[in-house]
Amino acid sequence: MLAAFLGFELIRKVSPLLHTPLMSLTNAIASISVVGAIILSGEKDASTLTRVLGFIAIVSATVNLVSGYMITDRMLKMFKKREPSGK
Amino acid sequence: MSVYQFLYILAAFGFILGLKWMSSPATSRRGVLTAEAGMLVAIIGTLLRGDIVNYETIGIAVVLGAIIGAPIAIFMPMTGVPQRTAISQACGALASALIGTAEYYKLKPHGFTMGALIVETLLGFLTVTASVMAWGKLQEVLPGRPVMYKGQFFVNMATLSAAIVIGIMIVLNPERSELYPWFVVLALTFGVFLILPIGGADMPTVIALLNSYAGLSSCAMGFALNNKLLIIAGALDGSSGFILSVIMCRAMNRSFANVLFGGFGQVQSSAGGGKEGRPVRSASAEEAAQILETAGSVVIIPGYGMAVAQAQHKIRELADALTKKGVDVRFAIHPVAGRMPGHMNVLLAEADVSYDKLIEMEDINPEMPMTDVALIVGANDIVNPAAETDPGSPIAGMPILAAYKARTVMVIKRSMGVGFAGIDNDLYYRPNTIMLFGDAKAFTTSLIKELAAA
Repeated sequence: MLAAFLGFELIRKVSPLLHTPLMSLTNAIASISVVGAIILSGEKDASTLTRVLGFIAIVSATVNLVSGYMITDRMLKMFKKREPSGK
Repeated sequence: MSVYQFLYILAAFGFILGLKWMSSPATSRRGVLTAEAGMLVAIIGTLLRGDIVNYETIGIAVVLGAIIGAPIAIFMPMTGVPQRTAISQACGALASALIGTAEYYKLKPHGFTMGALIVETLLGFLTVTASVMAWGKLQEVLPGRPVMYKGQFFVNMATLSAAIVIGIMIVLNPERSELYPWFVVLALTFGVFLILPIGGADMPTVIALLNSYAGLSSCAMGFALNNKLLIIAGALDGSSGFILSVIMCRAMNRSFANVLFGGFGQVQSSAGGGKEGRPVRSASAEEAAQILETAGSVVIIPGYGMAVAQAQHKIRELADALTKKGVDVRFAIHPVAGRMPGHMNVLLAEADVSYDKLIEMEDINPEMPMTDVALIVGANDIVNPAAETDPGSPIAGMPILAAYKARTVMVIKRSMGVGFAGIDNDLYYRPNTIMLFGDAKAFTTSLIKELAAA
């Protein structure tokens, strides 16, 4: 609950200018589920089913994670002020 | 407190700080780095837990995921960002749905944990298919128009209720694993049904909403696994997605339910007919260039058409050429222009437009009457005055960019065709409007040429 409230407060401050990068960042944060996947599939007594599902889960969560972070950074790199021509 | 718990707190802190720094373009890159570091710490922390043994498998999976993910990020053109987000969301949701499934078959937990598990998998699976559908519509593999049929609302609700009922049955009696596949199928089906009636113009809202679902799914997983980090990160994601979709809805003056069940563009009745033969003023690139050149201030209003034509670089050149001639050029950004929140900002930033030239709707509208030329590039519904004047219009009440208040309005457009809302735009017939027919990129190029020649 606290986190949700905090999230609310944080997002409201973000200017519409950055909504797309913001979304791809939170999108990447959603891949925190990789933690769950690791916990589950990494256990000693994991069954084959768990391992197979866990494996797929880790792969797809990492896809989300890596592409999410990288593209967010790529986008933000482009947001810069052009000092000489501005104002 | 063990090491991994400490690292988890550190990671959560990283995410929160990262999001906080996202609030300004100046600090945003630092924000991403912080969030990345947070994720790294979280993963390391997890690997350090004593009960993890299968390092090889995990390693292989992570490397495989990175190999697939990195090229997506590097080679995806900026116009494809909405699609990428959708597909990436599908991956994330798939992960959490599969984890939920694995947990279920392994533990068959009871009570609260089982409830959280069902929520996790329900949201996870429906987000998977819904995201794939959204991707299909954005990529135009699937028709972007809303697919509607009679009784659709009923069918959708029935599917969802059936999934929920079966879910509750499983929660009450976790041993009945024969029910689980049905639950999965229903959740997946509902995801498809959810997106079917939603049109292209509503995609920004839907993507934000799905983002929220994916986050909530992670959050529920956190409750199921009793993992605080998952709860925090999931809740952050869930609330941010939710806020964004609310902002989007407000920008279109439509309720949440309306977007989800509405099927835009089907309700039109009052607008439309009887407007065929109205006179339209059009002009050549040469004439348009002259008008632009003599203007004191120009506001460029980009829309999805600019993205489709990949015209953002040419638009920037045009803006540069005009600035050089002493014209004050700015860009007006409508909150729902494009296919995802902030889509236009990203495209213009890619084209190297300084972000202090990108003005939000509320700030630019009062200045519109003082503007000499409003140049509309591939935008339609977001500048349609019908939203303010015609209460019968499907977009009535939607806040618009008041381009029509500018002294001269120029519209670069392929044809007189309608926008995503499927309604005629009164703006095109106004006496101060000049239509510039042609492909956004090609036309802008000839404008630049004319300006250089002049």
